[in-house]
Amino acid sequence: MLSIKNLQARIGDKQILNGINLDVKPGEVHAIMGPNGSGKSTLASVLAGREEFEVTGGEVVYNGKDLLEFSPEDRAREGVFLAFQYPVEIPGVSTINFMKTAVNQIRKYRGQETLDAVSFLGLMKEKMKLVEIDQSLLNRSLNEGFSGGEKKRNEIFQMAMLEPKLSILDETDSGLDIDALKIVASGVNKLRNSNNATIVVTHYQRLLEYIVPDFVHVLYKGKIVKSGGKELALELEAKGYDWIKDEVAVA
Amino acid sequence: MSKDNQLLEELTSREYEHGWNVALETDSAPKGLNEDIVRFISERKNEPEWMLEWRLKAFRLWSKMTEPKWPNVTYPAINYQDIIYYSAPKQSAKPKNLEDVDPELIKTFEKLGISLTEQKRLTGVAVDAVIDSVSVATTFKEKLGELGIIFCSFSEAVREHPELIKKYLGSVVPMSDNYFAALNSAVFSDGSFCYIPKGVRCPMELSTYFRINAANTGQFERTLIVAEEGSYVSYLEGCTAPMRDENQLHAAVVEIYAMKDAHVKYSTVQNWYPGDKEGKGGIYNFVTKRALCAGDNSKVSWTQVETGSAITWKYPSCVLKGDNSSGEFYSVAVTNNMQQADTGTKMIHIGKNTKSRIVSKGISAGKSQNSYRGQVHIMKRAEGSRNFSQCDSLLMGDQCGAHTFPYIDVENSTSKVEHEATTSKIGEDQIFYCQQRGIDEESAVALIVNGYAKEVLNQLPMEFAVEAQKLLALTLEGSVG
Repeated sequence: MLSIKNLQARIGDKQILNGINLDVKPGEVHAIMGPNGSGKSTLASVLAGREEFEVTGGEVVYNGKDLLEFSPEDRAREGVFLAFQYPVEIPGVSTINFMKTAVNQIRKYRGQETLDAVSFLGLMKEKMKLVEIDQSLLNRSLNEGFSGGEKKRNEIFQMAMLEPKLSILDETDSGLDIDALKIVASGVNKLRNSNNATIVVTHYQRLLEYIVPDFVHVLYKGKIVKSGGKELALELEAKGYDWIKDEVAVA
Repeated sequence: MSKDNQLLEELTSREYEHGWNVALETDSAPKGLNEDIVRFISERKNEPEWMLEWRLKAFRLWSKMTEPKWPNVTYPAINYQDIIYYSAPKQSAKPKNLEDVDPELIKTFEKLGISLTEQKRLTGVAVDAVIDSVSVATTFKEKLGELGIIFCSFSEAVREHPELIKKYLGSVVPMSDNYFAALNSAVFSDGSFCYIPKGVRCPMELSTYFRINAANTGQFERTLIVAEEGSYVSYLEGCTAPMRDENQLHAAVVEIYAMKDAHVKYSTVQNWYPGDKEGKGGIYNFVTKRALCAGDNSKVSWTQVETGSAITWKYPSCVLKGDNSSGEFYSVAVTNNMQQADTGTKMIHIGKNTKSRIVSKGISAGKSQNSYRGQVHIMKRAEGSRNFSQCDSLLMGDQCGAHTFPYIDVENSTSKVEHEATTSKIGEDQIFYCQQRGIDEESAVALIVNGYAKEVLNQLPMEFAVEAQKLLALTLEGSVG
């Protein structure tokens, strides 16, 4: 589904990604871990098409297509979803209105008929139940005055609405207490199936207790320096990141 | 940065939608302004002597006045002798009904989306259409007449209802009020008159559509609304003009007189030609709008969506004379390219326990300048009065300007005035967030801007709100920075 080869990117003069290689198949969950500043969020942003990052080398093939050629909105329409670390506020625009615009633009791109108000509402009700979100939250201005937990839950609701093929969760656990974390993780798990894939970007192992990864990769200085199964996350939790840094230094 | 510039450049890719003009035969006054021209206008309109005298008095006042220089706008000096002050579509005789109106004229309005042929009466909006200097047709007159509501062109009102015009004309905006009000008083061509009798709730929206068509012509319309005790009316005003290289002058006066318990809602969607991206052409829009809440518990709400004109100078105001009367001002002013707007309101609290609310949303893009100027004056006698003002500015790109000039005078200690102001920028973050959900950039801007202006747009009658939303999106198309 996703094949990243030797991906390099920078912001301004600062090189951040130094040759990332990663293969993701349908049905898989990959966790990307690493110390602060290792390039985790940059990788997520580059995949989503954030323009302030300049790709300086490598390639990203997504379902047989060159992902880097697509505009950010077309990547979304092709099924790439980014759950933001810091979801943005849009005053005066309700989540409902926002999602209706998004769903219909995506449907148009895919040559499907746009949803009328009734069908949209039906879809929404179904997804609301799935991720346990209250409609009163969706009537409010998008993310405005939301608590950290509400923002993240809203991201997962949007993910449910858009049914992406590839979901990238960028530090979704940051700012969440344990109850909110469980709800968010349970939403993500319900959305998993054999046709979609998830990349979980996180600093801590905590989230991975609830969203269990098939693979764990450690990112350091813009490179994946170690990959393994879910037990690698536990090892990192126990030993911290320093031993990885030492290993890299020795090599 | 280069991307920003590129996007900003694209601003102009959309042409002004209403930029066509129709080859109508016109009957015009010669260029320039003097007493003879004032007489010419009055004569063409078959006005009674008192009306001519009133105009001449205004002209003499105007001749001694000087153009105000305090607004935060710049433009080359206007040569008032180079303007045509009267232009009327030629018609053999005054049309008696719609069948007699020149079909070209009807077509003009149909292009604007205004149906004068009462076929589409389902829309439930009564329209008075003013082209250049004259009102060409008023719809639904009879139906309104059954309720005692008068809704007609100003010229007709001068002839048919002189007692009302004599009583109320200039009662809210005196001819000496300001330079442009005096000019209007001397040369006003047409406009609408509306009278709602005691206790009557006007069952439909009343609407006036103004269109400037002829070249080198100024439009000086005058609207007068009188709402008797306990009455209610919602009034809409729309404006467009063709694209022309020269600047055209528009100096209107709107007066609203509200008696005890009366409620008047006045909504404007202003879309005069804004000029091209270099700032060539466009309408100079110098307008005086004021309401007098004369009676106790009366209420006047102004709602405006200002997207057009090269220069806008306009402060719809409320004089809150009656006790417990209230005034509201909801405004969205958008400027793009080289447009300049200096707009806001005045709330003058005279009566006790009077209330006012100001919600102003400025949006600046391109190289435009957008100023909010508002005055809240609470007089000594206006005990227990309240004002709430909120002035927000939204900037797009880094070459535009937003300015706020609030003036607050409070002369007693029992009143309360609140003022909130914010300035924000449409962020790359917001746009990217929308894009990541599959929404393209243009739609994202429209979504964000409409969200920002929502509080004001919500005040508009439904069909106007939809039009206004589209207009906002069109005006700002491609202007992300």
